[in-house]
Amino acid sequence: MGKLPAIIGTLPMMIVAIGVFVIGIAFTVVLSFTNTKFFLINIDFVGMRQYDILWSTPRWLQSVANIWLYGFGHIGLCVVLGFLLAVAMDQRIRGEDTFRTIFLYPFALSAVITGLVWQLMLDPIWGLQAYVRSLGFADFTFAPLANGSTALYGMIIASTWNGVGVTMAILLAGLRGVDEEIWKAAKIDGIPTWRTYISIVIPMMRGATATALVLLVVNTVRTFDIVIAMTGGGPGISTQMPATYVIDSINARNVAQGTAGATVMLLPIAALILLQAFFRWRAARIKARAV
Amino acid sequence: MSAATTTYGVEPSGPKPRRVTPARIGIYAFLIVAAIFFLIPLAVMILTSMKPMDEIRGGNIFALPLNPTLDYWVKAWSSACTGRDCNGLAPGFFNSMKITLLAVPISIILSMLNGYALSFWRFRGSELMFGLLVFGAFVPFQVLVYPIIFALSSVKLPWGGTLFGTLPGIVIVHSIFGMPILTLLFRNFFASLPGELFKAARVDGAGFWRIFFSVMLPMSVPITIVAVILQVTGIWNDFIFGLVFAGRENLPMTVQLNNIVRTSTGTVEYSTNMAATILTGAVPLIVYFVSGKWFVRGIAAGAVKG
Repeated sequence: MGKLPAIIGTLPMMIVAIGVFVIGIAFTVVLSFTNTKFFLINIDFVGMRQYDILWSTPRWLQSVANIWLYGFGHIGLCVVLGFLLAVAMDQRIRGEDTFRTIFLYPFALSAVITGLVWQLMLDPIWGLQAYVRSLGFADFTFAPLANGSTALYGMIIASTWNGVGVTMAILLAGLRGVDEEIWKAAKIDGIPTWRTYISIVIPMMRGATATALVLLVVNTVRTFDIVIAMTGGGPGISTQMPATYVIDSINARNVAQGTAGATVMLLPIAALILLQAFFRWRAARIKARAV
Repeated sequence: MSAATTTYGVEPSGPKPRRVTPARIGIYAFLIVAAIFFLIPLAVMILTSMKPMDEIRGGNIFALPLNPTLDYWVKAWSSACTGRDCNGLAPGFFNSMKITLLAVPISIILSMLNGYALSFWRFRGSELMFGLLVFGAFVPFQVLVYPIIFALSSVKLPWGGTLFGTLPGIVIVHSIFGMPILTLLFRNFFASLPGELFKAARVDGAGFWRIFFSVMLPMSVPITIVAVILQVTGIWNDFIFGLVFAGRENLPMTVQLNNIVRTSTGTVEYSTNMAATILTGAVPLIVYFVSGKWFVRGIAAGAVKG
């Protein structure tokens, strides 16, 4: 009684939750065990064959290696720089709003724009390298995108420029959630500021740090736009990512292969969710024991 | 995910600063160097878009234009080539406008209803639905691309063709992927309202829709502004959905921008490319600078959109 309108009002949500997310994911996983090309005619189940192909395709192996390197680089830089910026911003500085505006504006721009502008900056003939050389340092070399072995680092610089402001904002909120009394107590005990940060404040910021990390991991797994805009996956296959492999496979009418890659992409997300469930379970157990 | 509850803090909480000390100078130096790093690309974009390639040559990327010109902006807007068509970015701008103007209100209204129902009208399974929906916010889009292509191409339109590659198709896709984060945003907002408000309306005999329209809707203006900012920038900046689902006739500005840049033959014409980049970034940048703190409020929730 009375609940019917609520069910009608949330019908779109149920369709999206079940119809898109649950059935859609199941569909992708099931297709990865077939040899579907594009249209769903004569579905043949071929067991693990798509995965065998996947893990013996050089481009996929490169993509997986790339996302680890890119992920560690991008996430590490965002967390370290984001934290340092947040701490600096938290020192009762003048012009805090101005600094925040500057650190965050890149996030308002799309990854495509980020990729294109950094492509110019890192272009050996037109960009930073040419600028520094014009100052008289004729041997200066800084053109990561021109070389397959360094192109990923160029991409890390660009994506960090785009995303570090968000990490800073989240960590700054975490810093400001730390009780003022902690600082007073640490001061009375004569603990140096850096020590207070490392031993007391950082452990207290677990929530904000976890939030920032989860967002970074989720966004890293999806990395696609910036690759297309910045390098197109090159030079060679040096900046391909799992996401570009999946989309290209589907475009090349090799859906089953694409869905196998997509299914593998689900694993880190599944791991995150299990991890979160574990921490929740542990917190509940600790609480239960305390009672 | 309690991300959305993280709001921007009120007061600086760090240790109290003393007067000018080396440490303090160091902090400002660090912030200023960082600010320069963040601003350089914007400066390069603007400078490059206003001068010919000759003036960029020889490491003059930071040089002021000798004769500042908007010719490249005009070219990027109206005559730069994407493949065989040379109509510039303008068609992409109008496509992005259409997509944004349709998808933003639809996704917000649906999500607002979700948040309202989840806070005040829980029914059996409603929390499970919410859990599944939030889980969806974490799923890489690539996992769902083919299922959605398949579903949209299965819907035959009465005037021929299917939903795949149409304006309604891309609007549906944006509404789907905007829903998890917006629902979270609205649910957290409605859950923070005093329960008495809802009970009083119930006692007065108002039902689901009546309470929604007369009580909740007027109170949700601030959170709706956050949601609008989140969605406008998110949808405007989208690339992959536009690329896959919009179809040739509705390619959004970001896809057109990428096509223009990829089309250039011979020497890359960075002047036009950067002008096109600025034009494409103008809408979200204006939203960002005008909305200020509202944008920051949406970030903790919106960052998950990627």
